[in-house]
Amino acid sequence: MSQVETTYVKAVGDALARAMREDERVIVLGEDVAQGGPYLATAGLADEFGRERVLNTPISEGAVCGLAVGAAQSGLRPVVEIMFIDFITLALDQLVNQAAKAHFMSGGQLSVPLVVRTQGGAGQRGGAQHSQSLEAWLTHVPGLKVVMPSCAADAAGLLTSAIRDPNPVVIVENKTLYFRRELVAEPPEPVAIGSACIRRRGDAITLIATSFLVGEALQAAQRLAAEGIEAEVIDPRTLVPLDIETLGASVRRTGRAVVAHEAVRLGGFGAEILAQVHDAAFECLEAPIQRIGAPFMPVAVSPPLEDAYRPGAAEIYAAAHEALEWDAPLEQPATPGATC
Amino acid sequence: MAPTPPEPAAGTAVALLRTMWRIRCFEERAAALKRSLQVHGLIHLSIGGEGVAAGVCGQLRDDDAVYSGHRAHGHAIAKGAPPDRVMAELMGRQDGLCHGLGGSMHLVDVEHGFLGATGVVGGNLPLALGSALAARRQGADRVTVVFFGDGAVQAGHFSESVNLAALWALPVIFVCENNGFAEFTSRAEHTTVASVSDVVAPYGLARDIVEGSDALAVWAAFERFLTRAREGQGPMLLECLTHRRRGHYEGDAERYRDPLEQAEWQQRDPVARLQQRAIQAGWLSVQTAGEIEAAAHEEIEAAVRFARASPYPRPELAQELVYAEAGRR
Repeated sequence: MSQVETTYVKAVGDALARAMREDERVIVLGEDVAQGGPYLATAGLADEFGRERVLNTPISEGAVCGLAVGAAQSGLRPVVEIMFIDFITLALDQLVNQAAKAHFMSGGQLSVPLVVRTQGGAGQRGGAQHSQSLEAWLTHVPGLKVVMPSCAADAAGLLTSAIRDPNPVVIVENKTLYFRRELVAEPPEPVAIGSACIRRRGDAITLIATSFLVGEALQAAQRLAAEGIEAEVIDPRTLVPLDIETLGASVRRTGRAVVAHEAVRLGGFGAEILAQVHDAAFECLEAPIQRIGAPFMPVAVSPPLEDAYRPGAAEIYAAAHEALEWDAPLEQPATPGATC
Repeated sequence: MAPTPPEPAAGTAVALLRTMWRIRCFEERAAALKRSLQVHGLIHLSIGGEGVAAGVCGQLRDDDAVYSGHRAHGHAIAKGAPPDRVMAELMGRQDGLCHGLGGSMHLVDVEHGFLGATGVVGGNLPLALGSALAARRQGADRVTVVFFGDGAVQAGHFSESVNLAALWALPVIFVCENNGFAEFTSRAEHTTVASVSDVVAPYGLARDIVEGSDALAVWAAFERFLTRAREGQGPMLLECLTHRRRGHYEGDAERYRDPLEQAEWQQRDPVARLQQRAIQAGWLSVQTAGEIEAAAHEEIEAAVRFARASPYPRPELAQELVYAEAGRR
C-alpha cells in the first residue's frame, strides 16, 4: 500500500468525495459548503457532484440539521457541516430530540444514517464563541455516536465509517490539526467506530488523550522516554461507544494513567473515561488516575491568556510524574475513632 | 377565505365521516382510559380537529409522508395507522405501533407513511423538509405533509423551515391547525400577527385559510395543493381554523378559557357538521349515519380489548433499540 502526503482537512474532503462517488445517496449540506467553507474541507465537491448534492444552506443550523434527519429517515445519507461546534447549540434540539431518539421511539421502524461534521478547539485566537470543546454534551445523549479524529488518516477513516453507519454520528474535528502535513495510506482504510488506537507502546504509565492533545501526549511521552520512562499513549478516537477494553487492558498493565483533553475539566468527558478505567482496572491501580483539562472558564482572545488556558504536553508530563511518584500511604494500625 | 368549493362526490363525504367517527371514538375512549390511568403520559386529544386530519390524510397515498406534533392520534389514524396498534402504543404494550417505546406523542407507522409525531413543538417542521428533499432526489412524486399548531409558528424552526422550503421549492405542504391557543395561552398573547397565513406572506408560498370544522372545505383546499405538490411544486401552507374541544392535555383544568356554549359547539363540531350536511344532501340516510357511528365505537372497543390483551414489551427491547444495527437499511 502506498502513502501520500496530505492534510487533515484535505483528507476529510477526499473521503467525502470518495463516499459521494460510491453512493448516490450521500449529500453534503452546510453554510458555504459549495464554496468549500472557511477551511476548504468541502472544496471542489460542488464542481464534481453539482449543487443538487452539495447544498449551501442559510444560517439555520436547527432547520438544516432537522432537514438532514428527515432526509436520512427517507433514504438519503446526509453529511451536515456545522462550521464551528459553538454553533451546534442551535441544532441540539434536532440532534438530541429527533436524530438520537427516532430509532428508539419508533420501535426500530426509523433509522437516521446522518453524519454531522463540526470542529472545535482553541488556538486560533477565536475567542469564547469560536474555540470551545463541547463534545461532552453530545456524549450524554443515548443514540448519538461521537468521534474525535486526531490525525488525517483517522479523519478520513472515521468519516468513511460514519457515512456507512445507520446511526447519527457527530464527528468533532479540530481546527488546529487541519493544515499539518501528514502521510496517509492511499486509499485510506476505514476506521471502525468504537476502536481506540495505541499510538505509542510503553509499560510505565498510560496517557489517554483525545484530538489535539494526542500529539501533546506523544510529546510528553518523548520527554518521559528521555528519562527512561516508557509511556503508552492511547487515542480513544471514538468517545461513544468508548473502547474501554483497550483502555482498561493498558491501565491494568501499567497501573497508572493520565486522561487529557482540551475541554474544560469540570464535567468533561475525561471524567467518564476516568470512571470507566477506574472500574476496569481498579485492582491494578498504583496511583490515582490524573485528569487534565482546561480550567473552568471561557476562552480569552488575548494570546498569552489563550495559551495559558489550553492544556498541552507540559501539563500531561507533569501529571504523569505526579502519578509515577505517588506514594501510597503506609498502612497504619487502626486508630480508635478514625474514619476512612 | 377560499370560494365555496364544488360539491364532492357523496362517497368522499361518507368516507370522511367514517374516518372522523373513528377518530372521535378513539379520542373519547382515550380520555376515559386516561382518567383510569390505563393510557400513559401526557395525552393531547384532537376532538374538534377531525375534519382536518380526515380531509388531508384521506387524499394521501401510503408512500406520502406525514409528520405530526403532540396532538397526533387523529393524524395517525387518518393516515392509515390501525387504531388497535395506536391504542396499544398509548398503553405502552408490545403490539403498539412502536412496541410501547414511543407512546402518544411519538407515534410512528412507517408502513402507512406516518413518519412520526414529535413532542417538541415545531421540531417536526424541518424533518418534513428532509423527506421532501429525499423524494425529489429519488425522483418520486410522493408528497410530504406536516401538521402543526399555531403555537409552533412562533418557534424558530418555523421561520427557518419556511424559508428553506421556499428557497429550495420543496414539495411539502404545511398544514396549520390554528385553534387560537398555544397550550394555555391565547394567540393574541403570543404574537401580533393575527393570521398564521400572513406570517409566510413574504416568502411567496401558495396559501389558503379554511374553516377546519368543514371537512369538505379542507378536502377541497388541500386537493388543489396536493395536485401541485404531486407535480413537484411547493411549498404551500393551508391554515385550518379549528376549535380545540378539550384542554391542552387530559387533566388540564382549563382555567384560562370559558367552554363553548353547546349550540356554538354544534356549529364547530366537524363530525356533527359533516353528518348533518350529508344527511341533508341525501348522501347518506340517518340510519346509515347511525351505523357508521356504531361501527366506529365497535372498532375502538375492539382496539381497547386488543391493547389490553397485549403484553408489555420485554425490558431488554429498550436497550436493543438505542442504536440501529448495520445492514438493517
